[in-house]
Amino acid sequence: MTTWLATQVWASMKCNSPVQSSLWSTDSPSVGGHTLPTLTMEIVHVYTKKRNEFGRQCNFSDRPAELHVDILPDPSLASNFIERDPCDIPIQCTQEMSEHEVNTERFESDTRGINHVEGGWPKDVNPQEMEQTIRFRKKVEKDEHYFSTIMQLGSNMEHCIKQNNAINIYQEYFEEEEVVEESEEQPSAKTINVFRDPNEIKRTATCLSWHPDGSCKLAVAYSSLGFQNISPDMSYDSYIWDIENPNKPEMTLKPVSLLVCLEYNPKDSHILVGGSYNGQIAYWDTRKGSQPVEMSTIEHSHRDPVYKVIWLQSKTGTDTFSASTDGQVLWWDIRKMSEPTERLVLDPNKKGNLDNALGAISLEFETTMPTKFMVGTEQGLVVSCNRKAKTPAEKIVCTYSGHHGPIYALQRNPFFPKNFLTVADWTARIWSEDIKESSIMWTKYHMAYLSDGCWSPVRPSVFFTVKMDGTLDVWDFLFKQNDPTLSLKVCDEALYSLRVQDNGRFLACGSQLGTATLLEISPGLCTLQRNEKALATAMFERETKREKILEARHREMRLKERSRSEQSKDEDTKEGDGEESVEELATRTEAEFYEIVEAELKKRAKEQEKKVRRD
Amino acid sequence: MAEVEETLKRIQTHKGVIGTIVVNAEGIPIRTTLDNSTTVQYAGLLHQLTMKARSTVRDLDPQNDLTFLRIRPKKHEIMVAPDKEYLLIVIQNPSE
Repeated sequence: MTTWLATQVWASMKCNSPVQSSLWSTDSPSVGGHTLPTLTMEIVHVYTKKRNEFGRQCNFSDRPAELHVDILPDPSLASNFIERDPCDIPIQCTQEMSEHEVNTERFESDTRGINHVEGGWPKDVNPQEMEQTIRFRKKVEKDEHYFSTIMQLGSNMEHCIKQNNAINIYQEYFEEEEVVEESEEQPSAKTINVFRDPNEIKRTATCLSWHPDGSCKLAVAYSSLGFQNISPDMSYDSYIWDIENPNKPEMTLKPVSLLVCLEYNPKDSHILVGGSYNGQIAYWDTRKGSQPVEMSTIEHSHRDPVYKVIWLQSKTGTDTFSASTDGQVLWWDIRKMSEPTERLVLDPNKKGNLDNALGAISLEFETTMPTKFMVGTEQGLVVSCNRKAKTPAEKIVCTYSGHHGPIYALQRNPFFPKNFLTVADWTARIWSEDIKESSIMWTKYHMAYLSDGCWSPVRPSVFFTVKMDGTLDVWDFLFKQNDPTLSLKVCDEALYSLRVQDNGRFLACGSQLGTATLLEISPGLCTLQRNEKALATAMFERETKREKILEARHREMRLKERSRSEQSKDEDTKEGDGEESVEELATRTEAEFYEIVEAELKKRAKEQEKKVRRD
Repeated sequence: MAEVEETLKRIQTHKGVIGTIVVNAEGIPIRTTLDNSTTVQYAGLLHQLTMKARSTVRDLDPQNDLTFLRIRPKKHEIMVAPDKEYLLIVIQNPSE
């Protein structure tokens, strides 16, 4: 009996490719001219190695056990210990379990559509032909089985329909009583989505802007703020992401140079304006594509990267203004980008001198106060300006000092426009417009630099800050003033930007490696509590009053000192407070310093002597 | 034959009923009171869903079988009475 087998055969040694697959039977040894081996085939693989490549042969030998160390118990050591009586030993008799966490690999999903066509018709019936389908249907209806089935199903169905009509089985009882609980839940935030920079070379996400209607899109500006950190392969693109799809950005914006800041027009959601690293401003229309519709001319733009761009409230909805570290604040009408409509030089001496100007890092504009705006500078001053002033000298109204480093974020409280928040160096401070000498409230000095911050649009006492160590802090100063209410580590690298959505529920933060993280915060932090406005008002007023009193006191003291020093000057004493020149001060401090050092040395020498004498 | 008609008509005239569809095992709508495109959509989708529901019920307990399927979207309720060969679908607006 022949049994036919079909296999692929790997012949041993000589040929490395399979012998052609062919049907061969057990009792006809040659088919098609091949001499075929018998059924039992060994698969052999041979490799050779020279003897001298093995190395020296290991010669093992046996030897008896040797005692190397013998440490005998030493009862004298017990005197170093005290016996503990009673001893507390916890014992737990449970099953030992281990916990494992698994994170699946990110999967990329894509949306596609399917086109449905009517089908299921038997082969002889053409679904387009009305006659054929009607005929088919009539044929089915005549079937006996159809009859009985329908009767039975019909009665079943009727029962349910009547049930539905009788009572609504899904009725919500007690629907109107929305119990407003004072939620005692812990404030928390959770990450919803992470948007990563798709380019190879990661750039920092320096600015985020939410889409004005519905907030379903997020525009992220990517740039590299390190000095001369831009490599030639770095892509200049910035992206608009749809928050539902973190895998692929919805739209790309291709500027001429890296974008440092980007803002949606609150009136027209298709228009975005961006400030770039080389000082130019450009605006995009998302309906028109990735290239900017128009860019400002280089001669009239800023000389330094444009750090902030804000849309203004105007009838045409096309006015913006921008700030940069070259010390200028420029106003633009996007319909005519060749030249700025207005220019302001941030010279604290009010002379319009560009060399003396302070570099601007952040801008603030509140639509309810269209004539005023504020600029946060690199030097740590906040300059409050009036747009409608006639001369440039009058434009700068006043300055607020108190920070040690560049002011990265500046925002008025949406509920109390007289108070504004600044985020700079290692603290965040809250100011009142009336007090110019210092802030009314401030956080403690943190370990890491604060890089951005903003108020919550729904709760007057809540604001958010991000730090260079990758943490996001949520502060609620009605709840706790010394520490953030919630501190969350978003990522390992530094966070550079933060933006809260208009409903106060979602916020996005951008990091150094271009990752934008979308977080949702717990409802307790984004619903207005009872009395919150009243409490916040009371707090602001109280703090403002305190600062006013302190300021008045300081002024008094200074006045007294000045009058006293005037008197003492007549007596010709060198130590006049506040009247000393810098050199005198320096020599005096030096002398004092050396005295202290000498005193310390003498003290140490004395101690040494004492020690030697003791021994 | 006439009784079938009567039954279907009676169902259709119940309070709140929007439409009735009878579908056969292949998903072809035999009898319908709605327009063609809607019928085709309902027939195709609900047929698949019923198959899936039935297989789920039988997976859980092989002795069991699906007798009735009720889907309650926000706007109106879809009721499906399955059988081996046919499917009776009724869309009703439940009384509030």
